Amino acid sequence: MTDNILFDLKGVHKSFTRGKETIKIFDGLDMQIKKGDFLAIMGPSGSGKTTLLNMLGGVDQPTSGEVLFDGSRVDTLSEGQLSKWRANNIGFIFQFYNLMPMLSAARNVELPLLLTNLSKKDRKNSVETALKLVELADRASHLPKEMSGGQQQRVAIARAIVSDPKLLLCDEPTGDLDRHTADEILEMLQLLNEKFGKTIVMVTHDPSAAKYAKRTLHLDKGEFVEKDLAA
Amino acid sequence: MGSIFSQISAVVAMNIRSLPQRFWMSLAMVIASAVVVAILLAFLAMAKGFSATLDSAGSENVAIFTREGSAAELNSVISRDQVNIIETAPGVVKDENGPVISPELYVIVDGIKKSSQTEANIPLRGIDERGFAMRKNVQITDGRMFTPGTNEMIVGAGILREFDGFALGEEVRFGKVIWKVVGVFSTGGNVFESELWADVKVLQSLYNRGSSYQTARVQMSSPNDLEAVRKFVADDPRLNLDVETEEAYFKAQGKQLSYMAYFGWIISSIMALGALAGALNTMYTSVAERAREIATLRAIGFSSLSAFVGTIVEALVLAAIGGAFGSIVAFLLFDGLNASTLGGSFTQVVFSFEMTGDLFIQGGIIALMIGFLSGFFPAFRAARLPVIVAFRNAA
Repeated sequence: MTDNILFDLKGVHKSFTRGKETIKIFDGLDMQIKKGDFLAIMGPSGSGKTTLLNMLGGVDQPTSGEVLFDGSRVDTLSEGQLSKWRANNIGFIFQFYNLMPMLSAARNVELPLLLTNLSKKDRKNSVETALKLVELADRASHLPKEMSGGQQQRVAIARAIVSDPKLLLCDEPTGDLDRHTADEILEMLQLLNEKFGKTIVMVTHDPSAAKYAKRTLHLDKGEFVEKDLAA
Repeated sequence: MGSIFSQISAVVAMNIRSLPQRFWMSLAMVIASAVVVAILLAFLAMAKGFSATLDSAGSENVAIFTREGSAAELNSVISRDQVNIIETAPGVVKDENGPVISPELYVIVDGIKKSSQTEANIPLRGIDERGFAMRKNVQITDGRMFTPGTNEMIVGAGILREFDGFALGEEVRFGKVIWKVVGVFSTGGNVFESELWADVKVLQSLYNRGSSYQTARVQMSSPNDLEAVRKFVADDPRLNLDVETEEAYFKAQGKQLSYMAYFGWIISSIMALGALAGALNTMYTSVAERAREIATLRAIGFSSLSAFVGTIVEALVLAAIGGAFGSIVAFLLFDGLNASTLGGSFTQVVFSFEMTGDLFIQGGIIALMIGFLSGFFPAFRAARLPVIVAFRNAA
């Protein structure tokens, strides 16, 4: 049973200090994410969605509690160890794509591969495969500014999957897109989950987007408010 | 994990390629660096040219005698009797006319500088044919040698270039005496080209020097003969004289104006501080504008070292471009530029700015220092920025 758990959060506390005030985000949060899951996290602003996503991605650490990934603690890793862990295990998809504006689509997709030991030829092959998967092989040499928002997000997806990470973390991936384009992106995420087995955690405000996920968790003031939906 | 080198080179390439997005800020840093380097090189080229003019004048086989304690020819006096004694010193070369010795006078006259139309001191040297022949690389380039016993003079090529009224054939009045320019001489660009030469006997008479001189030069067969000459002078109480090779004499004179190089470094360092302030602003802005990119790369797994090095290299590249630009401008404006300034004997020394490879290296060093210092602290900020904070800033 435990082998099937990708993320296991145990008694996670998270608080911020702002001036003399301490703001509690999570106060003993427990959560599990199974391998192959497609999880949507919804909730109002300030509910802790992004903080949770950041902790899952190792760009933020809990104040206390344990975060286990595939059975190993990641909340105790150093900054350098976290960088390597992210490179090996996590693909990020951002609301505003976060592509490097001066690099072509292919060069953007290649970035995570620069952290591996792949040869230039292997990197090129992987980039081509990823761009084909997002149906942008013909735009490989284009700069982000020469592409639409939907195309840019597809490049970002290609960048997120090119090094074959176990987990994709999506921060409002369709928040900057029109409905039609958003549906295309969400179908692509669904495909990655169902056909390629990627575990996906998606933070979103959009109930239509959440429908593409296998399950949805609602956060409010740092707690899951519909407990029956939580694992 | 992939090599840190591939991470760094990717970040460096991205930073460099994004420079056009920050064109004006980057250009300001390039110009600041260029100005500092150009000014530094101008001073150094001046010092180098001046130093080369003096250094190349002296011969190691010529010993120059001056009165004990007189730092320069102008302050020295040597009597005819002392000249006669010097002639008998060991180590002095002799030819069919006897010992090769040149007793000389050195007086100051006025000239009008072409550049500023102001009066400046020019040395008028009294020599004879032996003194003429003793100079390295000397040749009459136009006209002829002065005739002994007459009010004729020959002018150095530097004087002709920088001062009015010394063209071949012109008559020049110093006090009540009128001189005629009958020739132009060159000594390969060294300090003697900043002089007027006339017959020493005529000068003695016109300037009421009796039979005294100011310096005496003797030809030695090698620099090793200097010790024997020195011992001879030390052993004879009538010779209260200093003696050294002509080469050493002019090198010492050149050192008196080495302040030009120090002055150049001081001025450039002060200006570099100003340039540094602007460059720091440029680089902090660069990091702020790229916060989202830096954060994204860090999130993907790039190391903080790559963010640090990328920023430093960006600063170095901008400063180096400025340094190269400043060097080219300095070379075009100053290399070979003729100028004159006050030398060790309160007379004008005409010299050319000399831009050499080692000066460009010094210019490059100061440019890279500006780049490194202006990049270091912003790079530190880029590297230390927690990924989560960078995301917040970028949002």
